Amino acid sequence: MSWARKILRVDLTKGTCTAEPLKMDWAALYLGQRGLATKYFTAEVDPKVDPLSPANKVIYATGPLTGTMASTGGRYSVITKGPLTGAIACSNSGGYFGAELKMAGWDMIILEGKSARPVYLHIENDHAELLDAAELWGKSTWDTEAWLKKHFQDPQVRVSGIGPAGETGCLYAAVVNDLHRAAGRSGVGTVLGSKNLKAIAVRGTKGVGNVKDPAAFMKATAAAKKVLADNAVTGQGLPKFGTQVLMNVINEMGALPTRNHRDVQFDGAKDISAEAMHAPRKTDGKPNLVTNQACFGCTIACGRISKIDESHFTVVNKPQYWGASGGLEYEAAWALGAANGVNDLEALTYANFRANEDGWDPISFGATVGAVMELYEMGVLKKEQLGIEAPFGSAQALTFFADQVGKGEGFGKEIALGSKRLTAKYGHPDLSMTVKGQEFPAYDSRGIQGMGLAYATSNRGACHLRGYTVASEVLGIPVKTDPHVTEGKAGLVKAFQDATAVFDSSGLCLFTSFAWTLQDVAPQLQAACEGDWSLDNLNLVGERIWNLEKEFNLAAGLTKKDDDLPPRLKKEAAKTGPAKGLVNGLDKMLPEYYQLRGWNAEGVPTAETRKRLGTAALK
Amino acid sequence: MQKSLHIDPAKCTGCLQCEMACSYENYQVFNPAKSRIKVFDFHHTGRKVPYTCTQCDEAWCLHACPVEAIKVDAATGAKVVLENVCVGCKVCTIACPFGTVNYVQDTGKVQKCDLCGGKPACAEACPTGAITYVDADWTGLEKMRQWAQKLDSQPAAGHAD
Ligand code: SF4
Ligand code: SF4
Ligand code: SF4
Repeated sequence: MSWARKILRVDLTKGTCTAEPLKMDWAALYLGQRGLATKYFTAEVDPKVDPLSPANKVIYATGPLTGTMASTGGRYSVITKGPLTGAIACSNSGGYFGAELKMAGWDMIILEGKSARPVYLHIENDHAELLDAAELWGKSTWDTEAWLKKHFQDPQVRVSGIGPAGETGCLYAAVVNDLHRAAGRSGVGTVLGSKNLKAIAVRGTKGVGNVKDPAAFMKATAAAKKVLADNAVTGQGLPKFGTQVLMNVINEMGALPTRNHRDVQFDGAKDISAEAMHAPRKTDGKPNLVTNQACFGCTIACGRISKIDESHFTVVNKPQYWGASGGLEYEAAWALGAANGVNDLEALTYANFRANEDGWDPISFGATVGAVMELYEMGVLKKEQLGIEAPFGSAQALTFFADQVGKGEGFGKEIALGSKRLTAKYGHPDLSMTVKGQEFPAYDSRGIQGMGLAYATSNRGACHLRGYTVASEVLGIPVKTDPHVTEGKAGLVKAFQDATAVFDSSGLCLFTSFAWTLQDVAPQLQAACEGDWSLDNLNLVGERIWNLEKEFNLAAGLTKKDDDLPPRLKKEAAKTGPAKGLVNGLDKMLPEYYQLRGWNAEGVPTAETRKRLGTAALK
Repeated sequence: MQKSLHIDPAKCTGCLQCEMACSYENYQVFNPAKSRIKVFDFHHTGRKVPYTCTQCDEAWCLHACPVEAIKVDAATGAKVVLENVCVGCKVCTIACPFGTVNYVQDTGKVQKCDLCGGKPACAEACPTGAITYVDADWTGLEKMRQWAQKLDSQPAAGHAD
């Protein structure tokens, strides 16, 4: 079984919490977590809804393997219509919160309406209630968690919620759990804030005790763990270096977007790399990295725990930042570093701590600061407006804005709107490095062609976690393809997108896919859950989920025009490195992609495709 | 030969596979709330420390029990709670200096680590080697080996090249 078979509906307007049975016929088609929540969401919410109005909803969803002994089985997702993009938003997080929710006996929480005053949701097994959050409003995610643990006199309560960024309307506010794990992207935290919901505190002591065939499940999960342990990336690279293992690799291949994508290589990459995090600092002789850490159930343990140098300018006389906390992973290190030309590892770590503390997405923030710095160097933005000189490479400016953005102070208020709105306001919309209004992550699509198509077609806006062809084009997983060519990338992107949708719907971490394919996932699902979770069916389920998300976006008013890249990536060739002279060849890949998807030339699923997948146009 | 659980906190990542393995072994459920081994996360230092019963020779819990519900397993040396005898008075939970015997609301009895009859599920599940099950007289062997290796890489004493 492994689904708890129960969802919690919370009406914030009325202040009620009601249990409902999980629709098992939908679970058979959409599995769980991302897929199943998208099914509920699209069935209940008008695609044209204003994302920050009470009519929008937020779904917290676990997968069938969340809270089990399957490696990495601790994930949950937050699904809503995103305020940054106007598209479907779906962000995934690890830590311990998701498993705790499942162990309290819930597959999902549907949050609807809007509370008249700030509230938080308290769940203890079957019991759920909304409580007054007047004392929590304005608090950081760290202080909120500490307050709730103290209030309930229970150190084992797990907390997920928003910081000041979600309250002040920062359009890329994150949902943060367990202090430094986050459903980080697309502004899912902004929507929680618009509903006056500060946090969810949960304690679950029921556990997960209903896997279909326990003996087969223990066998399948043990075999799959061995695959992770024996693989060089998941067994050695990620535990030792984290995702930061990529920094030097991607820089060398000329695909590290630098200074708002003006360049594709960063001379300071080595200073902000995994190797730099391990090296003793000149100042105090200690490395930035303290240890690695796992999320619930994870046998990989890619998480970084770092300590900032106490003498660094960002934390002098600020002992609250001297302890160990969530360190840099690759995307954040890139966005806070290379995207702005900043090579000060301690400053990036500080900005990363602030992102977790105040609850905002370091990728969108860092990339937006990159655009601000470019506008500053062009003379469009001035010191008087910004409150500080902001040339590329300024760690001072980066951390100055990081202090402002969550609370919406000073120019941070404008940075909080993301680069699309900011560059448009100052007359240079072409300088926004976004798709559908969401900032790119850390791979330049001139040097890794497939990623251009993956970004352009990602249902939640520019994102590396929707179709990670880097695995194939750079690392050779499952097969090596040439990163500089467009041929064959349409099929590659589709395959990655569909498989990813399955990983994200199962309760497992996508990082397992450095070693696992769906062939490793299928036996685990099959042993845990009733129904057909064969490889063939899983491929179909993934495709169905992708198409349902697409239907939502189409009905929300997005068109082929939104499946595009900024002109810089299609016109300004890479200046250095192995990809020198290349632009992204999106126009060569997109028509083939639509065709492979069974969509027409405008990117709309054909009647035949809808019939095959059991989807339909949404109204 | 008796064996002991040997814990090396420096290797622990906080994955909680051990807690799930423990609850699954004893209650057929994945549920850290029912685990007899607990992993503590000291956030400010980044340290994670797994902690469970050390199976004292002169076990306080065993001596405190008024109904003799805690017995020694002769094969493993584990101090084992006999559920059918335990009356749930919780005196043992007060007696144990380390807090490693605890009450379970669901059953009305106490529980503690019983070394799984000689095949500890936590040690088997731990992916990092933070929990191992080793010769009780030689829990220091691995540390000794590491120090010996350091010596081995020094120039040999009294050896003149
Ligand atoms: S691989 Fe990393 S992110 Fe994924 S579950 Fe493990 S520790 Fe968490
Ligand atoms: S429960 Fe406590 S007193 Fe009893 S054997 Fe274990 S450590 Fe000793
Ligand atoms: S299984 Fe091992 S690494 Fe994981 S929490 Fe337990 S002791 Fe730590």
